[in-house]
Amino acid sequence: MNTIDTCGMSCPQPVLLVKNAIQSNPQSLSILADNTTAENNIKRFLTNSGYDVSSSTANDTITLLATKNE
Amino acid sequence: MHNKKGIIMTGSIVGLIAVLLVKFGNPANMGFCIACFIRDIAGATGFHRAAVVQYLRPEIIGLILGAFIISKFKGEFNAKGGSSPFTRFILGIIVMIGALMFLGCPLRMVLRIAGGDLNAIIGLLGFILGIFIGVKVLEKGFSLKRNYKQSSLEGSLFPILNIFLFLLFIVMPTLFIFSTKGPGAMTAPIWISLIAGLVVGILSQRSRLCMVGGTRDMIMFKDNYLMLGFISIIVVAMIGNIVFGYFHISFDSQPVAHADWLWNFLGMFVVGWASVLLGGCPLRQLILSGEGNTDSVITTLGLFVGAGICHNFSLASSPKGPTTNGQIAVIICILLLLLFSHFNTKSNNKI
Repeated sequence: MNTIDTCGMSCPQPVLLVKNAIQSNPQSLSILADNTTAENNIKRFLTNSGYDVSSSTANDTITLLATKNE
Repeated sequence: MHNKKGIIMTGSIVGLIAVLLVKFGNPANMGFCIACFIRDIAGATGFHRAAVVQYLRPEIIGLILGAFIISKFKGEFNAKGGSSPFTRFILGIIVMIGALMFLGCPLRMVLRIAGGDLNAIIGLLGFILGIFIGVKVLEKGFSLKRNYKQSSLEGSLFPILNIFLFLLFIVMPTLFIFSTKGPGAMTAPIWISLIAGLVVGILSQRSRLCMVGGTRDMIMFKDNYLMLGFISIIVVAMIGNIVFGYFHISFDSQPVAHADWLWNFLGMFVVGWASVLLGGCPLRQLILSGEGNTDSVITTLGLFVGAGICHNFSLASSPKGPTTNGQIAVIICILLLLLFSHFNTKSNNKI
């Protein structure tokens, strides 16, 4: 699965990286983020783009898992 | 707070507080103005000597501390920095030069629109074009590179400095210079200003309110979340202005504004473009600087130094209009933005 690291990126680059990644229409992808603003922006964007998103946090890094909904 | 109700509520409260601050004594259509108020603080501390714009605006201190307190409380305080700090410093100066050409930051532009100032609509058009160019640059791969984790002390220093500044202001006000006439002499009571800043700081931290983000996200992602905040401020402030009798629709004789459409347009064009490169408007930079982002602290210092440059070298406009020096500076800023945009995109950043 493709992993996108958005840690340390300022707004709106995290969402832009994710936007570029879903242009190939992947079934699933994982994203690393280091702040809740990026987390929420990515979640909102992916949900609007037809993905289901779950997230977990460990050691200050947020991991988002997105899968394409049917 | 990350839902649409939260951002609409935030925008509405900001619009309402902005009008109330005018009622309590701030200049018309200037309940809040991040650029003008940082400029006033630069004046109060003697970094420029424009006698009509010197006051230690507690709103700014409140915004930073509101964001600091709530981010600590919510576990979102995150000390980080090191993403092209000097480029950000220069971009901060550029934003201030553009803002003082127009006479207001994006937040004041919105408040001017809400007060019926049609010059601000011209500014808005320039702002949108600037954001559009900024978005195109981002899409080409523009980046100021990643930031890195810093010590908690590094992230807390700027908010602590603001507490110290406020205490000095209360205990030894004679240290500072205060305008006796002009916009700098029009002030809401200290504690009302501070509380207004704290409330807006807290709400803006929770909702991520950003004046440049609204248009940017609409263009890039067709996401209207931040745009709802932008519109809510205009709607509520306009209603407030009508209720209090502050609403006057015209180009001429607007408070702390000039009617030179070209330079209003170009001033906000520069602000829009530079703010997209920075990742947020001046208000957002203040909020981030309270959350521990030292890149935003550097940007805020750029705004502060930019204010000194604007007044020491006669770049700032006045109600009479723009100055020749200011016009030259804005053109230089556009050239610098072109250079920064070019050399920080993926294909060109080896230099």
